[in-house]
Amino acid sequence: MKLLTHNMLTSHVKGVTKGYPLLIKATEVKVNEVEFNPKFVCRMIPKLEWSTLVQAADQLGHREELPGELVPDYEKNEDFLKKVHRVLLEVEVIEGCLQCPESGREFPISKGIPNMLLNEDEA
Amino acid sequence: MASSCRRPEHTGPPDVFYNEEEAKKYSQNSRMIEIQTQMSERAVELLNLPEGQACYLLDVGCGSGLSGDYLTEEGHHWVGVDISTAMLDVALDREVEGDLLLGDMGQGMPFRPGTFDGCISISALQWLCNADKRSHSPPKRLYTFFSTLYSSLARGCRAVFQLYPENSEQLELITSQAMRAGFTGGMVVDYPNSSKAKKFFLCLFTGGTGVLPKGLGSETSDRTVANQVQYSGQRCRFNNMKGKSAKKGRDWIMEKKERRRRQGKEVRPDTKYTGRQRRPHF
Repeated sequence: MKLLTHNMLTSHVKGVTKGYPLLIKATEVKVNEVEFNPKFVCRMIPKLEWSTLVQAADQLGHREELPGELVPDYEKNEDFLKKVHRVLLEVEVIEGCLQCPESGREFPISKGIPNMLLNEDEA
Repeated sequence: MASSCRRPEHTGPPDVFYNEEEAKKYSQNSRMIEIQTQMSERAVELLNLPEGQACYLLDVGCGSGLSGDYLTEEGHHWVGVDISTAMLDVALDREVEGDLLLGDMGQGMPFRPGTFDGCISISALQWLCNADKRSHSPPKRLYTFFSTLYSSLARGCRAVFQLYPENSEQLELITSQAMRAGFTGGMVVDYPNSSKAKKFFLCLFTGGTGVLPKGLGSETSDRTVANQVQYSGQRCRFNNMKGKSAKKGRDWIMEKKERRRRQGKEVRPDTKYTGRQRRPHF
């Protein structure tokens, strides 16, 4: 599971009002190499919840030099975009789980795939 | 695939049907791979994404990642959802670039509003129309799916579903739940006159303005024949294959009267009572 996906994932259990952001508890993390597309990163930045991204990167120990707040005028800042690209698309959680902030319900992650299947009473 | 042999969704739920043996076909059977790739190409074409721009897309029922691979080829990033662990394992083996999620589309899409620039789904939607558990209500699951999908898409985006509808009631159910969820759009049918090549694509728009694309293979057919299936609850009447109307039906009666008029015989005028169903004892 990449951090870009994590930034968009919420808990969709019935009755939960604040199912975002999901807390990451990772036991295995991998870093891949992904082709850098500055335009794509630029377009994704406004869609992101920046504080969640920083928090997630921190939890995985891969925050490195990512600033706590969005840098103004980031479109031309290739250095900054490269850092964002690395955190969004290259850091991947392989084993662990995601925890709902409201209910504490855990969604396990195995082989990089989060299990979002709900039980009968949660749907 | 599903039209000539027994429908897969009558065999069992998708997570049971798509076991390891079935999943293997998706990585080994070249014909299957070719068909799935072609349908993915057409679905992406119907998505009408901005030219040359890498987008963030959702692939519902991504399975072994065949459609996802095509998205990657086009330079897009994608997230795939599937209910079968066996199929997702094949996707992992094939090292797909997209992010995979194990999930049931009938339970809703677990994403923040406005996440995706578009959504495709190849040969998956018809699985929602069957109740696999006693607690399942297909219309409710369809609505849950469409409403959560609607919110996860950014405004002005499209969702394209290639599906194998079993009958017109099923298509009607699907489109009505999609409209209820806020989507506009409709069905695009490619090659409507060929039973083998015919493909159904449900094209849904999240913005108000969207012109439904034309189906392929309609250039040679009559201009006035619509190649978009207009959904109505009426049953379609099929004329006899030989070209004549079914025996004793209203059409047959009208044709017979015309024939006799041409022969110069005396025929009663046609009224609204012509060929009307009489009470049984008549």
